[in-house]
Amino acid sequence: MSWDVISDYIAWGFFIIGALFVIVGALGILRFPDFYTRIHASGLTDTLGAEFILIGMAIQAPSWLIAAKILMMMIFLLLTSPVATHAVAHAAWVGGLNPLTGKDLTYDEVTPTEEEPEGRV
Amino acid sequence: MMFVVASIAVLVSMALVLARAILGPTLYDRVLAGNSFGTKTVLLLGLMGYVTGRPDFLDIALLYALINFTGTIAILKFFRYRTMAGSMDDMRGQS
Repeated sequence: MSWDVISDYIAWGFFIIGALFVIVGALGILRFPDFYTRIHASGLTDTLGAEFILIGMAIQAPSWLIAAKILMMMIFLLLTSPVATHAVAHAAWVGGLNPLTGKDLTYDEVTPTEEEPEGRV
Repeated sequence: MMFVVASIAVLVSMALVLARAILGPTLYDRVLAGNSFGTKTVLLLGLMGYVTGRPDFLDIALLYALINFTGTIAILKFFRYRTMAGSMDDMRGQS
């Protein structure tokens, strides 16, 4: 089992995990009910999904220079994604966008039962 | 081969984020979707660099990561202060 074969398997694992996180994050951005919940989903893809895919690419890097470039890219993404997400959240908050709180978040209206006469609040 | 699989996943997630960018009721949804789309473009550029066997794509991807971040902050500043030209100290009057 030379290094090439091992690195292929490791890279496959990282790519699958990274692709999973990226798709789950994008699905979260699409389906979450409120802007402030979507920020959480976008944070997930930017940091975790991108990092796993970049690690997979770094493992497959043919030379040290390319691995160093990918490392720079990882460090930069790790530093700027949270800052950008925070900037969007702050601008939204200052811009007067109020989070969706209370009952609107529960899509399925729970049928009232004995111990919860008015349904789940 | 694995790069093709990863880039297909990134393309699918780009489509989902694009749907949110179009549907997004508020401005900030669209800015958030644009920012997320840009990060995925960085990933796609890197993967295409590996698929086509051209290492210089990674420089473009790194550059795009820088530009994407700057673009998002610029958009937010524009919608926050209604102008890009003003410096911070004469913004102090506006809330």
